[in-house]
Amino acid sequence: MTVAAGVTYGPEPTPGDLLLTGGRIIDPSRGLDLVGDVLIRDGVIAHAGSAISAPDGARVRDVRGLVVAPGLIDVHVHLREPGREDVETIESGARAAAAGGFTAVCAMPNTKPVTDNQAAVGFIIRQAQRAAAARVYPIGAISVGQNGEALAEMGEMVAAGAVAVSDDGRPVMSSHLMRTALEYARTFDIPVVDHCEDMALAHGGSMNEGKVSAMLGLRGIPDEAEEIMVIRDILLARRTGGHVHLCHMSTRGSVELIRWGKERGVRVTAEVCPHHFTLTDERVGHFDTNAKMNPPLRTQEDVDALIAAVKDGTIDLICTDHAPHHYDEKERAFAEAPNGIVGLETSLGVTITALVATGVIDLATMIERMSCAPARIWGLPGGTLAAGHPGDVTVFDPTAVWTVDPARFRSKGRNTPWGGVSLTGAPRLTIVGGGIVFDAAA
Amino acid sequence: MPRRNTTLLDKRSLDRTLRRMADEVLELNGGTDHLIIVGIQRRGVQLAERLAAIIKGTEGVDVPRGALDITLYRDDLQTVGPRPVVGPTHLPWELDGKCVVIVDDVLYTGRTVRAALDELADFGRPARIALAVLVDRGGRELPIHADIVGRRSDVPKPQRVDVLLEEVDGRDAVVITAEDDA
Amino acid sequence: MNAPPSVAPLGKDLLGLASLSGDQIRLILDTAEPFKEISERAIKKVPTLRGMTVVNLFFEPSTRTRISFEFAEKRLSADTVNVASSGSSVSKGETLVDTARNLEAMRIDMVVVRHEASGAARFLAERIESNVINAGDGTHEHPTQGLLDILTLRDRLGDLRGRRICICGDVLHSRVARSNIFGLKTLGADVAVCGPRSLLPNAIDELGVTVFQRIEAAIEWADALNVLRLQLERMNAGFIPSLREYNRVFGVTSRRLAAAPRDVLILHPGPMNRGVEIDSDVADGEHSVILNQVTNGVAIRMAVLYLLAGGRPELAGAARRGGEA
Repeated sequence: MTVAAGVTYGPEPTPGDLLLTGGRIIDPSRGLDLVGDVLIRDGVIAHAGSAISAPDGARVRDVRGLVVAPGLIDVHVHLREPGREDVETIESGARAAAAGGFTAVCAMPNTKPVTDNQAAVGFIIRQAQRAAAARVYPIGAISVGQNGEALAEMGEMVAAGAVAVSDDGRPVMSSHLMRTALEYARTFDIPVVDHCEDMALAHGGSMNEGKVSAMLGLRGIPDEAEEIMVIRDILLARRTGGHVHLCHMSTRGSVELIRWGKERGVRVTAEVCPHHFTLTDERVGHFDTNAKMNPPLRTQEDVDALIAAVKDGTIDLICTDHAPHHYDEKERAFAEAPNGIVGLETSLGVTITALVATGVIDLATMIERMSCAPARIWGLPGGTLAAGHPGDVTVFDPTAVWTVDPARFRSKGRNTPWGGVSLTGAPRLTIVGGGIVFDAAA
Repeated sequence: MPRRNTTLLDKRSLDRTLRRMADEVLELNGGTDHLIIVGIQRRGVQLAERLAAIIKGTEGVDVPRGALDITLYRDDLQTVGPRPVVGPTHLPWELDGKCVVIVDDVLYTGRTVRAALDELADFGRPARIALAVLVDRGGRELPIHADIVGRRSDVPKPQRVDVLLEEVDGRDAVVITAEDDA
Repeated sequence: MNAPPSVAPLGKDLLGLASLSGDQIRLILDTAEPFKEISERAIKKVPTLRGMTVVNLFFEPSTRTRISFEFAEKRLSADTVNVASSGSSVSKGETLVDTARNLEAMRIDMVVVRHEASGAARFLAERIESNVINAGDGTHEHPTQGLLDILTLRDRLGDLRGRRICICGDVLHSRVARSNIFGLKTLGADVAVCGPRSLLPNAIDELGVTVFQRIEAAIEWADALNVLRLQLERMNAGFIPSLREYNRVFGVTSRRLAAAPRDVLILHPGPMNRGVEIDSDVADGEHSVILNQVTNGVAIRMAVLYLLAGGRPELAGAARRGGEA
């Protein structure tokens, strides 16, 4: 476990007993899938299995017909605080996470100022404690100011509570810096998280390079802009023995390269976002800025390859790259609009709709990719309902059908390509440290 | 589907009417000197051709002819929308000092003629402009009258007057259609 | 009245040729025909758009397109206001949509917009009620240029079905190329492109055009060449080694044209870099229709203004029910 000793991420444990009765408990960390009860005592899992009688004074919730899973974890979100509190705050982001069924998120360091020192890390932790919603794990910058030059004080940041390092938002263009970061991070056993993009090759592009970009006259970003950096990172991880975690994979080629690395025992892990395994560059349509993200939406072949990689585990986990933007910022011509969409409150629904309801993966695999794997790979608490672990639990209805209404998001961001879309699967109860931080019935 | 059709002029009466109109044009102008006959697109153009042919037969003179498409001078672009295709305007003659006879098929509100007068003014300053129409159906919305009228017949609003010409429609006739089915 | 009733109205805006049907394109071309004659009159003006206000909103410098639109507007008696990027709030960071909304608050009827971002015209059109005409958006489309090119080709070649048109040069960065490709293909022409691969979109084949690597092959094949302007900054951006080499490898020269098996019409959207993409004797030669393009440009823009000005179907329907046939 890499989390700093004595640091509380998010709310303090809730004293007393909380009993969830009659739910379908799915805990892939222990191969569990049964109808039964979960008991959380003083913020810690005390029991998850067969039905038990409620202890005296326990708060009891009947969750029959719902799935009870270890809390979902999103390792890739942008909470914008400090610097752009008009767009999102740690509090609004943590509440959006809770409303999306997430008990924990990892906050990327591309804030203003950049999270590249222990004080900045401490600030995020304190704000998350105040927010008392989903836990927020800070990610420190790889380089000072994310400038891609000097290494940031990784050890100090980890001691203050950082769980990984990344220059996300900017790729690490210097192969030497990437190598050094992978080597140096080994001491702290944290992943070095890279946004894979050869910026010279991307050449200021604003969407996938292909037929659609050719028709719209938008500068395209070729697959190779990502893949060149994917293989570079894999080769450097092989050279250094460091753990490289590759952000938001978008191409078929990247999947093949990751598979290649994993087959050779390289410590490479990778994530994918729901928009990349559901939407294609056709969604840009007539310059819809809610279909603008980096990496860009690719083609159906890429979507198919990403889905297969989620199924077979080549892609380890699902994250959102939650990237709120102000209304005005997306109200621009396509090339001038910022990248990214919000994802925390649609991730579960999109994933169930696209992957589970279609029979591609089962619920256990989805929970593995959205809870167990993030915890295991990043060394985070949770990801299991085993006794003694934090009482972080997500309860969701896998068959509920609902329509996305961005106006009702807890996030301050409204930039989503799924507005008005009907989704299957909705969070019902999000529990962090034994406390209910989101209750759909409330 | 039009319901009740009444024939106002058949082929023979149309021929007779045109011959009389040609005579009246000559009378009005005192001959063919300085005369230019200008048809309004579309059927006014064919009627102008016919009048010119009759005059050529009687006087042996080829009267200069022109064509006017008044679409761009209409005052109702915003309300009725653009005509899909604007016809050609063809006025290769110097108009200054000439006697121009505008020829149209049906005179109704007078707005078309108003537009034609505006357009002619952009081409020159004729000594005189006269108006010859095959049918005057009444219903004027502007203070405009025809100098030469082939047939006068008050036709109430919902009905339509269709002038059919061999060159365009395959037969000669003037028909009143009892219902506006547009 | 005269056209087949099946032609769908153009709608509120003209944003590109990709979304127009063949009938709609032919409607614009046919409507442009009589407008050619107006520019030949002593009084080059008709009252058609009297009382309408048209704003020429140019976020990018342009001389000929703006002037061509201005002539078209004035010959239709519209009131015109030019807003250029220098010296206005446009250059002070005011957003496109703020600028447009401000203009609209002054009760304008149409906006002709040129902007450096692809999609800017559509962006504007979706947010204001005025008619929007795209006068070039980034590297996306320049529909009136495409239409005037097509009209010029049709004047000389007649029906364009099966006719071979090759677009030469920097297709990657050319909005003119895209509008030509979409419009010509819709009308059934055989369309090819020729230029260095570094200046062609990677997925160009997927647009249904033939690709010629060498200008000699393109000339042998084509009925007409539309020679694009080579932006001089492409050299600095590393797309080609030098203008000199470009001329030697891809330049349209009289020597190369002399080898053609047929007369090849030469179009150029202007402004020309003589001696780079096109040699002077070709530009000024007997098969050049470059000045016809300029003349047709005014007629096409008049036609588009005219068709959009009246294109308010709900009003038209109401008027038809009560008014004169």
